[in-house]
Parts: sequence; structure tokens; C-alpha cells
Amino acid sequence: MGDAVIEAAALTKTFTRAGGVLRRRARTAVTAVDAVSFTVRRGEFVGYLGPNGAGKSTTIKMLTGILAASSGSLTVCGLDPSRRRTALARRIGVVFGQRTTLWWDLPLRDSLTLVRRLYRVEAAAHRTRLAELTALLELEPFLATPVRQLSLGQRMRGDLAAALLHDPELLVLDEPTIGLDVVSKATVREFLARINAERGTTILLTTHDLGDIERLCRRVMIIDHGRLAYDGGLGELRRTVGADRVLVVELDRPAPPIALDGIEAERADGPRQWLRLPPAANAAAVIAALAARYDVRDIALRETGIEDVLASLYRGDRAYGRPAPGGQRSSAE
Amino acid sequence: MGVLPWAWWFGFRRHSAYPLGALAEAVTNTAFGFMRAYVLLALWAARPALGGYDAADAVTFCFITQALIGPVQIFGGIDLTERIRTGDVAIDLHRPVGLQGWWLADDLGRAAAALLLRGGPPLLAGALVFPLTVPGPAASAAFAAAVLLAVVVGFALRYLVALSAFWVHDHRGPEAVALVLSLFFSGMILPLVVFPGALGSAAMALPWAALIQVPADVFLGRRTGAGLLGALGFQAGWALVLLGAGALLTRAARRRLVVHGG
Repeated sequence: MGDAVIEAAALTKTFTRAGGVLRRRARTAVTAVDAVSFTVRRGEFVGYLGPNGAGKSTTIKMLTGILAASSGSLTVCGLDPSRRRTALARRIGVVFGQRTTLWWDLPLRDSLTLVRRLYRVEAAAHRTRLAELTALLELEPFLATPVRQLSLGQRMRGDLAAALLHDPELLVLDEPTIGLDVVSKATVREFLARINAERGTTILLTTHDLGDIERLCRRVMIIDHGRLAYDGGLGELRRTVGADRVLVVELDRPAPPIALDGIEAERADGPRQWLRLPPAANAAAVIAALAARYDVRDIALRETGIEDVLASLYRGDRAYGRPAPGGQRSSAE
Repeated sequence: MGVLPWAWWFGFRRHSAYPLGALAEAVTNTAFGFMRAYVLLALWAARPALGGYDAADAVTFCFITQALIGPVQIFGGIDLTERIRTGDVAIDLHRPVGLQGWWLADDLGRAAAALLLRGGPPLLAGALVFPLTVPGPAASAAFAAAVLLAVVVGFALRYLVALSAFWVHDHRGPEAVALVLSLFFSGMILPLVVFPGALGSAAMALPWAALIQVPADVFLGRRTGAGLLGALGFQAGWALVLLGAGALLTRAARRRLVVHGG
């Protein structure tokens, strides 16, 4: 368990919206991030989730010092981001998936040269690092191509290289796989897993792609309506929100809804019926009982995916199993 | 070495990446130069020695201003505006470098490319057809300094207009106002020397005069000795004031920042 890279305590950001030129007084305050507390330790790989507009991007802008917090305290790499923005920028890498840090009209190689100058990377260190990143991200074929001609997947790999050239302690990723095809996504994920494991780079990842989360993050934080609604392990999240299992039973012919030891079909469609299993139920016993009493042609057991879990959480159909403990939560390892 | 010389160099490369586009603009600037030259010749035929210029001065003025359109970007605009509108400025703001210094370096690179690709053709074409006033070595050196300062003042004005996009969500309003002021008070439409009385004095004191009128006067040899120092001092003074305002506005923008588009 390493030391803290990010420490947020009661972090809050309130925006004031003017009601229009003629109605100066009709200002409304919108709290985008509401008293969020968490700690991210060195070497962690944390997923930061939440529906659109929940406050994820605002949090990231505060972490990088682009926005100042309205109240609460925030320390990143031991620095106050908004006061020490420039010093902090040299120690963290940021990728905004929907934007690019590369220069549109310049070949990728030149953009990376400019980034090297921006972050004052020594020539020798730069050579080594660039060679490493070029190999890992397979940049070689398009290093000489102007950025505007790169495919989205190539551009994202270029952006990742640009964010990591100065060997930052912390990498903040805002939807790095958005719009990527499955192969590009796999490349990016594999790369991220590797730098986290091998270089110990701490990573905070914002994404709507739950494949990213399931493959990469040991810990997830969920922000909803500006509040930290969950902070813990992914498996724990599934359990605490009571992710149900569903048995899909296909009978020989249409039949009345199945009723079995307190488990009832919640849906029927011709010969097919859906049975929701309570968390405590033993699936094997239920299947055996079904096979004994009905003419079953086929049975499938479906686990609720993390996607279903989140969708129902965001919609408010289901309560977050356990409120996020304030501030003291560390990794779920 | 810091990063700003590199920002300059890459700004130069970025803006010289499309030489054919620049050439097309140079041809346009040259063609309009001839139209303006004939209008001015007609004016000076009716009013010889208007504003202290003779006909050759007026035509020379015209082609110099056409050559400076690109370098001082007299029609306004800067890539930063679009980046503020789309929120891409978040990336610029994250970088470990000051926003205004970075964009100034980039813009000086752009201006150098524009001077190279778009400055020569109008002047050369004009000189082939009309007897232009040609400066000596001293006036040429002074002109180079005046053009550099004109570019800085031009940048500082456009930077301020661009930053307004942090407050005004439709940046076209400030840009339209800036365009009218810039064309009228720089001497682009008519040399400021023909403006009468108080309007003329006011125009000569405003920052836009530093963009076109002052470099042109230096080129024409109308500013020498103490007058030349005064002219360059006038440009440098406005450059400092406007860059200072830019620095203050940048700080205010950071404080008030709403990065548009997530």
C-alpha cells in the first residue's frame, strides 16, 4: 500500500449560471461536484464512473488544476492543483479522449518533439522513452503522418504517447476508448494495464465503456448527481447492489407460469420463461427441481452484467448498496 | 532553451504547410492592391499632396498595406477562439506554459510564414507597374522593427478579442466590431493621414495605427531620427499595454472559467 497520489476531502465545485443579460440577478447555482472525498494511492488503477453530467469531467478539471474548487481540499502529487498548476502538469499526464493534444497539421513525430520541449524532457531520456512507447503502442508506421490523417485509434495511441513522454506519476484518462474499434480498444487497454503493472503509474480512468472497467480496474468510484455514490471493488459492487441471476427456461411447449419453491416466472413468451433467482438461491438445486417437474428443452443461467447494474443504479431503480465511506477509503485489494 | 522558440518554429511550419493556399491569398492581396492603387491615384489626382503624401507615396502605401494583411492578420481571428468555443482550450490550459506567451510565439511563427509567402508578391507586382518609393538600408531596418512590433500589437488585439469568448458565448459579435475598428483605424481603408482634424489625431493615437499606418510611414521615410524612435516607442507602448491587458484578462478567464462542451 503506497502513499496517496490524490487526496480529496469534501471537494466541491459550484457553477453560477447567469439568467441572461437582462436578468443579471436571476442567477442559479449548480453544484457539479458535491463534497466528494476519496484517496487514490500510488500504483492504483481506479475507474471513475457516472452518468453524463454527473460531475466526472469537472472533477478531472479540478484534479489537473484547470478549474479551482469552490470548497473542500484537494492535493495531487502533494500539490494544490489550482495554485501549482504548472508544477503539477510536469508530474501528471492527461488524455481527454474527445480532444487531442497533438498538432493537427504536424506529423506525429513533430508533435511529440514539441511535447518533449513543453515538458523539458532530457534528450537521452526522451529517446529511450519514445522508443519504448513507439514499440508498446506500435506508433512506428505513422510517426511521419500528419495528425489530421491519422485514424481515431492511431490518434489516440499518439495522444497516450504524448501524455506519457515525461513519465508522469499519475495518468488521468477521460474516456480514452471513446469511438475506438474493438482492436484499438484492446491495444489501448493492454497498454494501460502494462504501464500500471510495470511502471507503477497510478491511473484514474473515466469511461462509459464497461469493458474498460471490467478488464482494468480493481477499484471503482461512482459519482452521481455530484456525489460519490460508491467507492470500492467491482465484485463488491455487483454483490452489494444484489446483482440477480436469471434462469431462462425453454419448455417443450407453452405452459402456465412456472412456480417453484417460492420462485416464480416473471415473464413468459411462448415456451420460454424467465425466473429471477434470489441471491441466496442455489442455482443447481433450482435447475434440478425444474428438470424433475417440467419438460425442459434447454436452460440458460444469465448473470446480470455490470452494465445492467449501473443502468439500474443511474436510473434510480436500485439503491447503491453501501454509501461511500467519507475520505478514508483506500483500494479494495 | 525554453519551449517558446519551438512554439514559434512549429507555428511557422504549421502556417507554411500549405504554400498553395498562401499563394492564392497573395494573388488576391495583389489584385486588390491594384484596385486600391487606382482608387488612390484618382484621389491624389484630384487632391495632390493630400495628407503630405504624393501620388507615389500613396501607391507605395497601398502595396505595403496589402503586403502586411497576412503578417498582421488585419482581418482578425486566431485559432485560439475556436479552441475556447469547443473547449479544446482545456488542453492549452493544462500545459505547463502561459497561455498568452504560447500563443504569441505561435502567432509570431505564423506571421513569419505569412511575411515570407504573402508579403513579397504584392510589393513586387506593385513595383513592376508603379514607381514605388523605395527605402534605404536604415529605413529598411527600421521598417523590419516596425513590422515586428505591428505583428505583436496585432496579436495582442486579436488575443483580447479571442478571450472574450470565455464570457460571450457567440464570439462573432466582438470579432465583427474588432474587424471594423481594425480596417478603419489601421489605415487599411484609407491612410490615416487623410483623416481630418480631431478624427485624424485620435486615429493616430489608437493602437490600430500601430498595425499599418506606422510601419508604412517608416517605410516611406516619413519617420526619422526622434520621429522614428517615437513611432517605434508608440508601437512598443501599445504592445506592452495590450499584452498587459491580455495577461490580466487571462487570469480573470481562468478564475471564471467554464470550459464549454464538457
